[in-house]
Amino acid sequence: MTSPLAWADGQPGTAPSGSRRLVDLIFRARELGIIGVLAVFVAVAASVQPRFVDSQNIKFVFSNTVIFALLALGETLVVLARNYDLSVGSVLGLSAYLSAHLFSQVHGIPIAAVFLVGLAIGLGCGTVNGLIVAVARVPSLVVTLATLYIFRALDVLIIGGGMVVAASLPGGFLAIPTSSAGAVPYLAMVVAGVVALGAYYLRSFRSGRELYAIGSNPEAARLAGIPTGKRVFTAFVASGAIAGLAGVLWAAVYGTIDSTAGYGYELTVVAAVVVGGVNIFGGSGTVIGAALGALLLATINQALYVLGISSFWDKAIDGLLIVVAISLDHWITVRLTAALRKRSLQHAT
Amino acid sequence: MAFGVVTPVVTTFATAGTALAAPHHALVKGLKVFVIPKNLGNSYFTTADSVKTGGALLALKQLGEIGQETSGTTDTPSSQLPVIQADITKGANALIISGTDPSALCPTLDSAMKKGITVVTYDSDTNCRDLFINQATPQGIGAIEVDLIAKEIHDAGQIAIVSATIDDTNQNTWIRYMKQELKKYPKVKLVKIVYGNDDTATSVQVTQGLLSSYPNLKGIISPTTVGIAAAASVLDTPKYRGKVQLTGLGTPNEMKKYVADGTVQAFALWNPANLGYLAAYAAVELASHAITNAQGQSFVAGRLGKFTVGPDHTVLLGPPFVFNKSNINNFNF
Repeated sequence: MTSPLAWADGQPGTAPSGSRRLVDLIFRARELGIIGVLAVFVAVAASVQPRFVDSQNIKFVFSNTVIFALLALGETLVVLARNYDLSVGSVLGLSAYLSAHLFSQVHGIPIAAVFLVGLAIGLGCGTVNGLIVAVARVPSLVVTLATLYIFRALDVLIIGGGMVVAASLPGGFLAIPTSSAGAVPYLAMVVAGVVALGAYYLRSFRSGRELYAIGSNPEAARLAGIPTGKRVFTAFVASGAIAGLAGVLWAAVYGTIDSTAGYGYELTVVAAVVVGGVNIFGGSGTVIGAALGALLLATINQALYVLGISSFWDKAIDGLLIVVAISLDHWITVRLTAALRKRSLQHAT
Repeated sequence: MAFGVVTPVVTTFATAGTALAAPHHALVKGLKVFVIPKNLGNSYFTTADSVKTGGALLALKQLGEIGQETSGTTDTPSSQLPVIQADITKGANALIISGTDPSALCPTLDSAMKKGITVVTYDSDTNCRDLFINQATPQGIGAIEVDLIAKEIHDAGQIAIVSATIDDTNQNTWIRYMKQELKKYPKVKLVKIVYGNDDTATSVQVTQGLLSSYPNLKGIISPTTVGIAAAASVLDTPKYRGKVQLTGLGTPNEMKKYVADGTVQAFALWNPANLGYLAAYAAVELASHAITNAQGQSFVAGRLGKFTVGPDHTVLLGPPFVFNKSNINNFNF
């Protein structure tokens, strides 16, 4: 499937044209749509249980969103270029344990150094994925399904039956996710900043635009002289690095880390990305949409727990949202293609 | 763990082999005893079994037996069964097993017992064995958790339970006994039971949900080690520390931080090393024919003292052990 909207818009260096404005408008409408759904859920939850919107609960929702929002950012880079990274949960688990374990191995190690180690572990895993996909040209779905198991197995082998416990982590580290300004944790602000940077990169940098081009039509992108292999490789490295960082945050949020950290997260992340309006076949979508998708899923999750509804419904609603999001995408793509074609015909005459 | 120095036991296997004609009540040395936890690499069982922690293998070593820990890598009968069969082939005199399934292991274990091999279960019982070493009674576990939380909230207020899965047999039995014990505290109201599926992230979310929907909540009981650590990480903020009490079943290492900073005052569990140690003594006593598995038979299990076989061929380790600020640093598991 091709989505010509971004390709039409993806020529590096072109001045904003009529079609670009139209595409921007659609993207913005897509993000506004998620915010709208979010507002409806919050309003319903708050009308049943007013405490859903008290500052403590809002804080809980944000703290549950940050890790998924980060992972969704990395996943979006990969999905935009028509690839998939299913190994993010395992990379997160590996990084969470190995980085947190450092606190008890190296006495007095600075917290920043531990984040760097988590980042390095993620970079390593991402490089493995990227090399196999870009150089050996194995489909990424297969590659990352394999590394999903391999990284998790590595994690289990290293940890054995052990775990990192909260007592071995410094207080300053555990305070990272809980310190906040009012209802908004500082960490959520930092993650929002990172997502904004990601959005700026994808919108305004040539290599960022090229990811859209690759996802729209890989063959055409290659013929147009875009170094597709290099771009895809970089996207996997970035996704791995982000998952590595998210692993360190996971350790700070939960305090107890065994070999199950991040188990099954890949599906939630893909769900957030799709619900956030990123086309599952690449070529269109934004990281802000993906982060909003993560926020929406976390909010629904929390609403069900607060309202005391069985968590079975949680998965069912996630599933429903995915179907709605994909159908909506398809509909928009068809309409937009028609609109753009009509417009270019008008320009031609 | 505070069990002192291991005394080396010198056993020459030449004499061990001839020691079978043992004098009255003396224990046979040189027995091949296999300790078979649910799976290898599980820190709970490592504590129950190791020499270092004072578990089953230490008892076997002190008694002059040939002890070995064997099991599969996953907590399933299909992983544990081949290991049990191999141990029987290797000429086991006794098997100490934590069953991965109450009935799936039975054809194998029954044939072992027919061959005269002693089968003792610990931690998790099966329907086929000579003796079960019970870590604590469900009544004891249910009661201690309610008593602890009632004391911490001064016998009045709302409490909730963070359990594992909705169909977990152990959890539901314990919760049933908790409800029974709660009748002693008319002003303590159990408002909600939530399920964290023994997953850290889910347990954190259900705890957050409780705090948001019950602002007057005074206490939480989590009878699962994953749940209590997750709940503690949520309560470990100035807003909740000391205001919402937490107790349940936990392991000392996971809970150390939260006990030290006052988030948790006390929690319970049995001592897995004592459980393994007792199981080893019982297995050797039975295999040596020093005791039978009949009710009323008694034996001395080293540092733990005297035990008596109770109904249904079980030996009870004792009441659950309560960990708090004053003793938690003596433990490492």
